[in-house]
Amino acid sequence: MSKLEARDVNLFFGAHQALKNISLQMEKHTVTALIGPSGCGKSTFLRLFNRMNDLHNDMRLSGTILVDNKNIYQRSADVDALRKKVGMVFQKPNPFPKSIFENVAYGLRINGVRNKNYIEERVTRSLQQASLWDDVKDNLNRPALQLSYGQQQRLCIARALAVEPSVLLMDEPTSALDPASASTIEELIYELKIKYTIVVVTHNMQQAARVSDRTAFFYLGELVEYDETKIIFTHPTHQRTQNYVTGRFG
Amino acid sequence: MKKLFNISNTLITLLIKLCGLISGISVLLIIIFLFSEASGLFNKPSIDQETVIAISKKNTINDPEAIQIKQIFNREIRNWSALGGKPDSILLFRLDDLILYYPADAVTEVPDTMRARINRLFAQHDNLIGYFPASLMPHEFSGRVLRIPNLNVMDFIRGREWIPDARPVNIYGALPLITGTLWVSLLAILIALPLGLAVAIYMVEIAGRNINRILRPAITLLSGIPSIVYGFFGLVVIVPFIQDQFGLPAGESALAGAILLAIMALPTIISISEQAIRNTPQSMKEASYALGASKWQTIHKVMIPFASRGIIASALLGLARAIGETMAVLMVTGNAAVMPSGFLEPVRTIPAAIAAEMGESTQDGLHVKALFALGCILFVITLLINLSVEYMQPRTKKRMML
Ligand SMILES: Nc1ncnc2c1ncn2[C@@H]1O[C@H](COP(=O)(O)OP(=O)(O)OP(=O)(O)O)[C@@H](O)[C@H]1O
Ligand SMILES: [Mg+2]
Repeated sequence: MSKLEARDVNLFFGAHQALKNISLQMEKHTVTALIGPSGCGKSTFLRLFNRMNDLHNDMRLSGTILVDNKNIYQRSADVDALRKKVGMVFQKPNPFPKSIFENVAYGLRINGVRNKNYIEERVTRSLQQASLWDDVKDNLNRPALQLSYGQQQRLCIARALAVEPSVLLMDEPTSALDPASASTIEELIYELKIKYTIVVVTHNMQQAARVSDRTAFFYLGELVEYDETKIIFTHPTHQRTQNYVTGRFG
Repeated sequence: MKKLFNISNTLITLLIKLCGLISGISVLLIIIFLFSEASGLFNKPSIDQETVIAISKKNTINDPEAIQIKQIFNREIRNWSALGGKPDSILLFRLDDLILYYPADAVTEVPDTMRARINRLFAQHDNLIGYFPASLMPHEFSGRVLRIPNLNVMDFIRGREWIPDARPVNIYGALPLITGTLWVSLLAILIALPLGLAVAIYMVEIAGRNINRILRPAITLLSGIPSIVYGFFGLVVIVPFIQDQFGLPAGESALAGAILLAIMALPTIISISEQAIRNTPQSMKEASYALGASKWQTIHKVMIPFASRGIIASALLGLARAIGETMAVLMVTGNAAVMPSGFLEPVRTIPAAIAAEMGESTQDGLHVKALFALGCILFVITLLINLSVEYMQPRTKKRMML
């Protein structure tokens, strides 16, 4: 049984078709990289799994998206509950203009968690998981916006982890960061794989090769090739994939 | 050709600078004028120069306060002991009263007789206090002329009674008017802020583009209606409504004024707080939604806190408008210059007082100066509000750039 699955997905923004007939399965505790040239629909595809595309009211979708074998787009689906299960990290770090502690506690508070000890425990644990704890443990009441960009991104990861999701969607999580912060996040992705199913969009081929188990190559809204990362980067079936991963276009 | 263009360019720049200079100077002059006029209230006793208040020479009291004189002539103080004098009932003498009984010329045409009589009166009665025109002052006066102390600024601001036409001394205590102004305005904001915020949230998060396309011009229209029309509306709709709802003898009250001002402040509050809420970055909203927050949780925990400065600024600007509003308020508040004791009581606000009393006061009298002093108070209040808006604004901008 796969953790995440898309079946015959077509998606339109108004008249523009952003995703064309995509089917793909992702297994539990794996890291899947989504690669492809800009505008090919990676983010749109990623955002299907926590229904973030719903925020745009001109979106039309056909096909089925399954998380834990349940169709998350059926009428009775609970979107808020889905988003707690499927966490997301964005391209640009986007902490709230609140304290470090309140950022991480946000997801718990909106879930109605009141127990102070439990919240503190979850905040500590999440910050540790996001390897930010040592940087911030002295003062959790500092405004989050005072952190460096790399730290802010790890804070956003901690914020996502605090509500104990089982899936983590990451949309170019390191593209706004310096190389050192980026490699910290990469290591983090590698560690988190043990507990979570991770999908990461990236423009960085080395990064895809380093962190992912499987890679999906998108082109103009189509899924060109999906295979083990090793194969995609060494013996891809399609010439397009070959060209893209070797940097000949894109 | 180019030269000509350059010359006209410098000319226009010069002209614009000149306009700026002129308007700057005129604003400054108006403010200086306002305060210098107002200062006239505080360097003279609050009694008109033509009137003398006197007591018997045998009376040992110190010069009383203006407010005590008023209480004496209102029979609120009836015994000299209240002023530290010998216990004796107070006997009043108002020359004004004479005019009630005799034709005016009979009183004034024989000043010498009048002077003699006044002198005799003050010689005969130890417990007498009276006032008369300075022109009838006897030559060797048997009584003692009382000196009325000058009004000081604190007494003006803290004074609890506003009776500009009291005789012989005018009572200028601005507190009832200040309180009236603040009550009506603050209550108005209290009513308008939640409403305006709700509309703003509705416009940002719920209403579609089409509804907004109608709503926005409608709100602009609301702010374009002349205030006298609002006043009329208030008089015909709000006042009778309040009268019926609360079973009052008259519906003109602080509440009626507040409701009216709330309606008038709504456009400001709505449009500014809508802007502020709309400025919440998409990334903040997405961060919240991605954690499983509902729309309302996102509005409440992310958007409103993010927009809080703008929302406060909108309330302050609404308040600034409400405080200066004159005609509409004048029409529905009942215009009673007494300390308000409840929102259903009539009140008088500062602008309403100025508008209503300007006509009945003489050009160079104390009353006009008192109205100028009221104007100064209003100016200071609005200035403070606008300064705090300024203080709110730049930070909002800074945050928006993040
Ligand atoms: N809300 C929207 N309304 C209309 N069109 C959209 C919307 N969002 C995305 N698109 C279009 O859908 C296509 C796919 O966009 P998407 O953001 O998924 O690309 P991407 O692969 O993530 O690109 P990038 O690498 O630049 O982030 C693009 O052509 C884009 O213009
Ligand atoms: Mg993208």
